[in-house]
Amino acid sequence: MTTWEAALTIAGLALITVLTRGFFLIPEREVPIPVWLREALRYAPLAALVAVVVPEIVLTQGQLIHTWQDARLFAALTGGLWFWWQRGILGTILSGTAVMLALRIGLGW
Amino acid sequence: MSSPVPHWQHPEFRRGARDMVGIALGIGAWGLVTGMAMVKSGLGLPLSLMMSMLVFAGSAQLAALPLMAAGAPIWVVWATAICVNLRFVIFSAGWRPYFGHLPRRQRLVLSYFTADLNYVCFMRRFPEPRPEEGQLPYFWGGVAVNWTAWHVLSITGIFLADVIPSQWGLGFAGVLALLGLTGSLLSDKATWVAAVVAGCASVAAYAMPLKLNIVIAIAAAVAVGVMMDHAKQALAGRTFGGAP
Repeated sequence: MTTWEAALTIAGLALITVLTRGFFLIPEREVPIPVWLREALRYAPLAALVAVVVPEIVLTQGQLIHTWQDARLFAALTGGLWFWWQRGILGTILSGTAVMLALRIGLGW
Repeated sequence: MSSPVPHWQHPEFRRGARDMVGIALGIGAWGLVTGMAMVKSGLGLPLSLMMSMLVFAGSAQLAALPLMAAGAPIWVVWATAICVNLRFVIFSAGWRPYFGHLPRRQRLVLSYFTADLNYVCFMRRFPEPRPEEGQLPYFWGGVAVNWTAWHVLSITGIFLADVIPSQWGLGFAGVLALLGLTGSLLSDKATWVAAVVAGCASVAAYAMPLKLNIVIAIAAAVAVGVMMDHAKQALAGRTFGGAP
């Protein structure tokens, strides 16, 4: 991606921020929410997040990782378990990052 | 609904700010991670600052970064950001009863600043969906804290990222933040199944050009989730109808 493409992408992202946050607030008349959209809206954000996150954890250069000695696996596992017990995003980040740093710097993985 | 005093002098402004301070730490950590992730993904300092100042949506920024780094087409990045931001579409329907009567220009400005936590705090403070005195000052008080915490720490993250070696893998903190956000969306069996489908589909279709694996994963997961909802409703209807 060239600098200009990246800048255009970012400008578009800013526009998306306004348009999604104001979707039903910006029109002059009240817009009814269709049923099918309401149904799809329940799963789309979750699906988008998972679709981005999972390849970042289990793939290297487009290939499934073939060793368990990958700091990302343990960092993600730690973060996931933390969230399971404590339900906090901050703790998820901190615990997972701590494991990441320990394995990368400590063991040189 | 015009207040006799400027918003920032209104007592509700202070209350809105105070309600937000309690959760500003979480916002800050999120901003710090996003700031570092932007630089670590190879975006560079000027573009990272531009993204931080303009986009003002952490989860969309974090989701867009790996795609931009991989050279995905712009429309795929935008489509992903729209999907991640779809929850705001729902929230916007919630804002309508409070702010629908304001001029459109003002509604556009308000829309830009309505992050997740502003919604949570505002709905807790004003549970009745109708315009009331003090709503706008309360809103802007929360935004002032939220916006400041976000940008100060996001920019701190951008500058820290240059000092910290990328070998440490701190960019992964962004993935962990998304992981936590994902966890907060998992509520029942249907959402878990949809998540597993999205994850598998995204990995299986990873070789697709144009990062289309993201679009395929979303379509597959939404289809499975909606089908499960319908099956559940049909089953409940049959049980009910068949009762003696």
